[in-house]
Amino acid sequence: MEQWDVIVIGAGVVGAAAARELARFRLKIGVLEKELDVACGNSSRNTGMLHAGFTYKPGSLKAECAVEGNQEFDQVAEELGVPFKRTGKLVVGFTDHDMENILKYKGIGEQNGVKGMRIIDKEEIRRIDPNAGGEFAMYVPSSGILDPMAYTIALAENACQNGVRFFFGREVTDIRRLEDEDCYLLETPKGDFKTRWVVNCAGMFASKISAMLGYPDYPVKGFKGEYYVLDKKAGAFLSIPVYPAPNDNGGFATHATPTIDGNVLVGPDSYVTEDWEDYKVTKEHMDGLFADGRKMFKQMKRDYFIRNFAGIRWKRYDPETGAILDFKLEADASHPHTVNLVGIESPGVTCALPLARRAAALLAAQEHPAANQDFNPVRPVEKRFYEMTREEKARAIEKDPEYGEIVCRCETVTRAEIRKAIHNPLGVCTVTGIKNRTRATMGRCQGGYCETRITEMIEEEMGIRPEDVRYSRENSYMFTGPVRSREKDHFGEMGGAAQ
Amino acid sequence: MRQVDAVIIGGGPAGLAAAIELKKKGVEDILILEREKKPGGILRQCIHDGFGLTRFGETLSGPEYASRFVKQAEELSIPCMTDTTVLEITPDRKVYASSSEGFLEIQARAVILAMGCRERTRGAISIPGTRPAGVYTAGVAQAYINLKNKMVGRNVVILGSGDIGMIMARRMTLEGAKVLGVFEIQPYPSGLPRNVEQCLNDYHIPLYLSHSVTDIRGRDRLESVVVSQVDENLAPIPGTEKEYPCDTLILSVGLIPENELTWMAGAEADEGTKGPAVDENYQTTVPGIFAAGNVLHVHDLVDFVSLEAEALAEGAARLIQEGSLPGCHLNVKGDPLVGQLVPARISGQNDVTVSFRVRRPLKDCTIEICQGENVIKRLKKPKALPAEMIQISIQAEKLNTADDLEVKMIC
Repeated sequence: MEQWDVIVIGAGVVGAAAARELARFRLKIGVLEKELDVACGNSSRNTGMLHAGFTYKPGSLKAECAVEGNQEFDQVAEELGVPFKRTGKLVVGFTDHDMENILKYKGIGEQNGVKGMRIIDKEEIRRIDPNAGGEFAMYVPSSGILDPMAYTIALAENACQNGVRFFFGREVTDIRRLEDEDCYLLETPKGDFKTRWVVNCAGMFASKISAMLGYPDYPVKGFKGEYYVLDKKAGAFLSIPVYPAPNDNGGFATHATPTIDGNVLVGPDSYVTEDWEDYKVTKEHMDGLFADGRKMFKQMKRDYFIRNFAGIRWKRYDPETGAILDFKLEADASHPHTVNLVGIESPGVTCALPLARRAAALLAAQEHPAANQDFNPVRPVEKRFYEMTREEKARAIEKDPEYGEIVCRCETVTRAEIRKAIHNPLGVCTVTGIKNRTRATMGRCQGGYCETRITEMIEEEMGIRPEDVRYSRENSYMFTGPVRSREKDHFGEMGGAAQ
Repeated sequence: MRQVDAVIIGGGPAGLAAAIELKKKGVEDILILEREKKPGGILRQCIHDGFGLTRFGETLSGPEYASRFVKQAEELSIPCMTDTTVLEITPDRKVYASSSEGFLEIQARAVILAMGCRERTRGAISIPGTRPAGVYTAGVAQAYINLKNKMVGRNVVILGSGDIGMIMARRMTLEGAKVLGVFEIQPYPSGLPRNVEQCLNDYHIPLYLSHSVTDIRGRDRLESVVVSQVDENLAPIPGTEKEYPCDTLILSVGLIPENELTWMAGAEADEGTKGPAVDENYQTTVPGIFAAGNVLHVHDLVDFVSLEAEALAEGAARLIQEGSLPGCHLNVKGDPLVGQLVPARISGQNDVTVSFRVRRPLKDCTIEICQGENVIKRLKKPKALPAEMIQISIQAEKLNTADDLEVKMIC
């Protein structure tokens, strides 16, 4: 059995960041992920905000990592080739109570080291964005927007490029400590893994892994939120995230956020759920989003709806008092060679790299690994066809004629880009994997034009049968088989049906 | 930059018919740009018959209907570039397109928009539930089955009684799938009566009116859908939920004209059709840019698409040959029962065909076409359905050049 120095459990944004930061050392690192791609859980089921850090308790790990993650992100985005925009944010209010809360969190933000926040009047709100609601607002210049899926992919690919290996469809079902070999044995449905170190980045399932490692099975509570994705036509009307004043607990109700790709997200709302993967969307909450979203974004209308999704913030809490607790990061010597991260929820995307660095430092303090001299923090990226000038497009087609063939009409994604995405470094070849790497099927027709082409390309490029194409998850087959078999065709039984 | 008289965006039924008619009217330099590998548009995947009754007086399959036009275009030596996608159209009629042969830049005297339509999706109508594999729009399922020889599922629920939905109910039944039912939110079918007969009744597939899918269940692949009855406001009635185990949900919930290039070119939209506002020559509000077929308003019969595109060619040819068209300053307006009204403006000097749909099923009504106090045409209509487009031709001598044209449904 292959022996690993470190196994990271979970390929969400924190796991991918941990893998990347650990790759700065000479270690043999593997990442085990139960799904078929990175960021299938809540890493991608969020607003894609780079948070400023004004709602988190001063001195908490959340506050510390959010502010650090926020301040360093221009450089991170540059290194990883991740589209990012520091849009700023409007936290808008209507009532005196709203103003009280805004001022309270402005104070907390200042304590946390958030810079440049200021209170503005209605007139200035309209100057910043005429479609933003609110009677007054706090303007937060350091907030920004990014695609959390693209960011996680970038972290994972950069880790991969620096020697980390990713294994998908590997849910860790049991962990055993082999004392005589000074290592752990991790069981998965597709084989076991032996490793000296375990880093728990299992997101909402982190408590489960935590218990397997001998740490407490920390209680977590799920706060679910639903979203609407609006057409890019709506994106033309919103330049800055618009949030309502925080409630007394520092939580935000439904907000409107432009995405880095030009759509608008409306949501999330917040309600408690018991079910781990309760990602269904409901009529009740969609109707609520529509009503509340209009207060933040005046141009919201049903014609713009293209999709819905849901995410869940699994927050660690104290069962006695009900109080929500901070992120947990620990490396307890009584559970040798483990780093445990539990209760990592919002603002997990913003905090991923700061948390990963702290996790890697805990490991390094005990293990003293040599630095990886070859570590390259820069991920090479190619310009999207969509973003090219006419001249660049002409040159790209001349060099590779498959750039001339548009597969996804809505998002202008070419055959060449789909082909490259199918051969991504992580070896992911689900339809949603291609979608998240190229934006194909993400437009207003939702794959009506391109999905048939993408599935065919996956079959051709990977040499697999249609029945083996997966939409997103292990058993998410798209086809039950051929309509009619080719042999019958030769005997003339087709009646001229399939072409 | 390449110069042409007319560039036609889309080689489906509208584009092909417009091209052929332009050529017949003496326009020499025509270029069709088609994004698929072959011309023919959506007809290529419509292997059922029933096309061409109006146009050719016989019933043809989709590919047969298309091939008549493809052949004619070939005989007339009209160039059609396939695998070519238009990326940009400017208001001064420059067209930028991408193909594996290279990046194209074309200056046209007339641009004919014939991009057709796309299907409304789950997201657009906000169906609750999870997001498993196995939820397809009817046209995508049709493409997989008829063009790619891939079966999309075995136990099927169909939402929406649009024509493609009903046709797919029959198609999947013929291929051995079990279609549990077609569910329509309206109290009447949204597709043609002949499809209710030939696609559902003939195969004993139940049609449930005033029903909608209210939950989609399943983690990886679709496991079941929940269907509820709806009230007169189309809201689900609590307590009427029924769960149907199935692996496939087919959506036939409407078609949307594909007008992204139209708006890019600066054309204004018509409030009623949501497509471009056109005049009697099918010219948009941008001079020299024309539109016909499903890009303009969704048709129920392809025969009417062809006829409309041929009518477009008359105005476009005149513009190319004479340099201008007479102004159209009279508005065409409908009463609240009239929807999808085309054209938006007329001159009052030319023959014109007005097309529209009723907004709900009507019985024993009268259609009146008026200008001011003057009733130009009065037609009795014993039955009118939203699924059926109504077309009325008006001769130039009946029209004046002063008053707006009004379409009234009197019941």
